[in-house]
Amino acid sequence: MAAWGFALIQSLLYLALAPLLVGWVHKVKARLQNRRGAPIWQPYRDLYKLFAKEARMAHTASLLFRAAPYIVFVATWLAAAAIPLLSTDLPTAAMADVIVIAGLLGLARFFLALAGMDVVTAFGGMGASREMFVSALAEPAMLMAVFSLAMTAHSTNLASVVEYQLLGEPFLRPSYLFALAALVLVAIAETGRIPVDNPSTHLELTMIHEAMILEYSGRHLALMEWAAQLKLLLYAALLVNVFLPWGIAQSIRPDMLGMAFVLLVVKLALLGVALAVSETLLAKMRLFRVPAFLNLALLLALLGLMSHVILEVGA
Amino acid sequence: MNMALLSLLQQLIIVLAAAVMFSSFVLLGQVRLVAAIHAFAWQGFLVAMVTALVAASDGHGHLYFSAILTLGLKALLIPWMLHRQVRRLELDRHRESLSHPALVIMAALGLVIFSYWLVLPLVQAEMQFTRNIVAVSLAVVLIGLLMMVVRTQAVAQVLGFMSMENGLFLAAVSATAGMPLVVELGVAFDVLVAMVLFGVFFFQIRESIDSLDVDRMNRLTERTGDEP
Repeated sequence: MAAWGFALIQSLLYLALAPLLVGWVHKVKARLQNRRGAPIWQPYRDLYKLFAKEARMAHTASLLFRAAPYIVFVATWLAAAAIPLLSTDLPTAAMADVIVIAGLLGLARFFLALAGMDVVTAFGGMGASREMFVSALAEPAMLMAVFSLAMTAHSTNLASVVEYQLLGEPFLRPSYLFALAALVLVAIAETGRIPVDNPSTHLELTMIHEAMILEYSGRHLALMEWAAQLKLLLYAALLVNVFLPWGIAQSIRPDMLGMAFVLLVVKLALLGVALAVSETLLAKMRLFRVPAFLNLALLLALLGLMSHVILEVGA
Repeated sequence: MNMALLSLLQQLIIVLAAAVMFSSFVLLGQVRLVAAIHAFAWQGFLVAMVTALVAASDGHGHLYFSAILTLGLKALLIPWMLHRQVRRLELDRHRESLSHPALVIMAALGLVIFSYWLVLPLVQAEMQFTRNIVAVSLAVVLIGLLMMVVRTQAVAQVLGFMSMENGLFLAAVSATAGMPLVVELGVAFDVLVAMVLFGVFFFQIRESIDSLDVDRMNRLTERTGDEP
């Protein structure tokens, strides 16, 4: 019972931390561009403002358009709840392994794309088709990368993968390095960060995610934005907790959880800085170069699987 | 094999071997000549590092010489020579368009699986950890061969040839603790001579067909229409 209570608290923590990570990335980016930037709790204010506003609908919008924000938000949140954030002792992680998480994210994306096409504007359809184009290439790479971890830990359950990592002394595993590189590329593509999509512009020719949610307003827009922020935190937690799990609590004890929380915040802050630096240094690539980018991710993931088989197991 | 039984040096060797394999893929997929030369230099550097680490972990003193030789020759001298020739031939901005990049990469992945299958009996017979690297080095050799097949640009083909040599060297180092020093010196000298000859050939090919695209050598007629 305590475990379930903790799982609930952790999933609420996901909701609470997600806007903060985005705010932090924006702040660091602004600093790097010699601007003062908005305060890091600006995303909370934006969400608060949007929830207070009236939600307007296009007349062409169907019931699906109305339901999609809730489905997208809940599916993303459920996926996040299954990823260990502070502790590996999670009943939700035992229920939902990596394949379920990928499925939930796929469900969220499906409804996001449907909502984009529902109001028959040109931008919505274009954004939906682009989103599907990117995700069709990113999803196999993500699954392959996670499988190379799963092969080492003999489990697709993320909590077991993390616990396997913590077991004994750390090893240099080529498959982990390849999987990490592949997952970073996939995370950039999936969360719509700079080389693939630019989250801060509404430029017709380049936007992917923004094009789909262009018709939303009020609480619907707030839920969509929050889901996108949650997705960023989800991938960040996946990266830091699977590849650098040291410090994560293995049971629910207040002292261990406090330690885990401090370390988690430090790790996420560092990851946020890395993201902001890479976004400042890189330019957005043309849409038709995205397949090459994601092919690289797939290649890295496949090399991770192979180096596991060839170099680590080696018969 | 249990990773826990390996020392830190041996784990590092395995990681570097995986990096050599990745650099082979980078070399294969790279369309810019100068970037491809840099990838080749990195591969040479990684092979030299593997050699030095094998020397350190197994205590073969003569492998240090091989490591230094590889570093000097494959990571510095040959890339520098190629770079200079590319600049002289005014190819530094040359971009080669691969017709099916994803297909070529998949073929290379197939070659990795094939070489692993080929090496499997060897790996099963001996439990020494470096045997695993033989599969990787064989894959590097085969990917170099693939690069010579799919690329039409002469400099890129030479890079493929040289990376084949890297793969052979890696196999020799990992499986048999290196060849005798005399043989190694001979091979290094051969590679160097080959490089000089390739340089001469680049200019010859350019003189005669006005391009380094060797596919054009298949054409029988040089000019069409404007013959006197």
